[in-house]
Amino acid sequence: MAIKDYIRQRFFPHIWCPGCGHGIVLNSLLHALDQLAIPKNDIVMVSGIGCSSRITGYVDLHTLHTLHGRALAFAAGVKMSRPELHVIVPMGDGDALSIGGNHFIHAARRNMDITAIVMNNQIYGMTGGQFSPLSGCGSKATTAPFGNIDRAFDVAQLAMAAGAGFVARTTTYHVKQMTDLIIEAINHKGFSVVEILSQCPTYFGKHNNLGSAVDMMEYFKTSTVSAGSDEATDRPDLIRRGVFVNRHSPEYCSEYEKIIEKAKEGI
Amino acid sequence: MTETLAFMQGNEVCVEAAMYAGLDFFAGYPITPSTEIAEHLARRLPTIGGKYIQMEDEIASVCAIIGASLTGHKVMTATSGPGFSLMQEGLGFAIMAEIPCVIVNVQRGGPSTGLPTGPGQGDVLQARWGTHGDHAIIALTASNHQDLFTMTVEAFNLAETYRTPVILLLDEVLGHMRERVVLPEKNAIPLVQRLRTSVKAGVDYRPYLPRDDGRLPMSDFGGEHRYNVTGLYHDMWGFPTTNPKIVHGLIRHLTDKIRNNVKEITRYKEYYLEDARTIFISYGSSARSALHVVNNRKARGERVGLLELQSLWPFPYSLVAEKCDHARLIVVVEMNMGQVLLQVKRAVSHPDRVMLANRLDGVFISPTDIQNILRLIQGKGV
Repeated sequence: MAIKDYIRQRFFPHIWCPGCGHGIVLNSLLHALDQLAIPKNDIVMVSGIGCSSRITGYVDLHTLHTLHGRALAFAAGVKMSRPELHVIVPMGDGDALSIGGNHFIHAARRNMDITAIVMNNQIYGMTGGQFSPLSGCGSKATTAPFGNIDRAFDVAQLAMAAGAGFVARTTTYHVKQMTDLIIEAINHKGFSVVEILSQCPTYFGKHNNLGSAVDMMEYFKTSTVSAGSDEATDRPDLIRRGVFVNRHSPEYCSEYEKIIEKAKEGI
Repeated sequence: MTETLAFMQGNEVCVEAAMYAGLDFFAGYPITPSTEIAEHLARRLPTIGGKYIQMEDEIASVCAIIGASLTGHKVMTATSGPGFSLMQEGLGFAIMAEIPCVIVNVQRGGPSTGLPTGPGQGDVLQARWGTHGDHAIIALTASNHQDLFTMTVEAFNLAETYRTPVILLLDEVLGHMRERVVLPEKNAIPLVQRLRTSVKAGVDYRPYLPRDDGRLPMSDFGGEHRYNVTGLYHDMWGFPTTNPKIVHGLIRHLTDKIRNNVKEITRYKEYYLEDARTIFISYGSSARSALHVVNNRKARGERVGLLELQSLWPFPYSLVAEKCDHARLIVVVEMNMGQVLLQVKRAVSHPDRVMLANRLDGVFISPTDIQNILRLIQGKGV
């Protein structure tokens, strides 16, 4: 199938701002789906609210555009009721980790076979540039005009601690790695998280004097390092990219099948 | 299955009826006094290959059932006041996206944490207006276990018929009380199955284009039609739009599909209304005490009657007006500060004749309570 067969062409051009990283994520995601060659009818994409969540409108899959922060809860209902379907949940950083933080950690704990893609642009874009729980101390936003004093989450560490079976990180600069990681995440049987650092030149970039979209992507290149590499050992200040954990734990829907067997036996 | 005589708790009756109706997916979060519904379903659902999932909170619970409904399942969640408050955003989504589901609220005393183990009926207006924006809703209730069985099945039937969430407004007394109930034979109560589209794969399926009869055939997620579902205003394919004409058409559709069918949706029972000069109007467990009073007074030759409402929303204004036409006195019996009273006053031609007999202290309103209040209303003192 051609890449264009995965999109709803009539909705293009998309709503994202010029230079936004989310279109790059969409591109990598489509390539991942193409390489996986899963029938479109077998994929459900569930999103919440925010710039990132609008991605569901553009893909020709079963798409469920839900409530702010609640995508993983809706996804749990879809997956639990039809475990044979592949469920992919693109989320923004505020969507996934602020209003959806509780759903995020419990989805990781349950280890239901869902793939969460956290498009982390460190800002609330749809509402015009307020700081998110991933903006970090010292950053500026419309609601942090004097500098942000809210400390940031580390999405990967949080997901690992909460029990996610597969956790990885990359950036919009590293598009091939992004595609590979999304493929690996979808193939992983269990809750998988791929954090993707994505640039928001319109708000995060502007408020923090980070230059153009190209400058921000250049920063993703220079400020990150492959996890486990020699360079990573030498440069603890750099952000790690790659797979942080890939472990097999009992998957929720499979475990529930055992419950059904027990219940039917009358135990 | 044959007819079975049982003696069980109201929450358990609700479970039996839901499974009779075809429930096979439940998501919930423990809360008094609804917890037994979750407990029984955790045990019962896997025996039929159904799914029970305990979510991290009530917000997630309502979201999960909406997701499961979209894959073609009959779904339910159960909660009480505090959890019902948390479910309001999901309820609004289900209304907007037209997702069939049943939400049980076993009411307790409110506001806030209130009286977890005491009965109340203070969520009647929340059931109507708890979620933001103009909308319509269906809410059913019952006063005894036999009716509870029927109304639970009806809740699933109405949810599928109108593609809407249906709220089953119970209360602590009904949920926890044990009473005789006849579990009906299979097929004794007709079941409404989901209307699914006959549009073939590859043909343009429009999930939000109503048929001539107003119903919208669905297609299961995972099936052959890929479409979009959103809480935004959307076109007939489910894609977001701000086109004023489409926005107006959708809000009219969402409200009219309920409002234009008040008669079809309305469920009620009446006792001795033909010649009644004093009419009691009640619902839920309160109606048990009201019926007791009416039976006693009727036996003494008084012209009293009872209108028991089993559907509270859409409120049957015309029915109430018609039934109360000749009443000199109308007494609304409920365990709140007059939430149905307000509707009755709106319905009748002489609102000054409508009085409230209530109790707010977490104690079940008894026939004696109603008798005492009636004496005061009639100027007879205590």
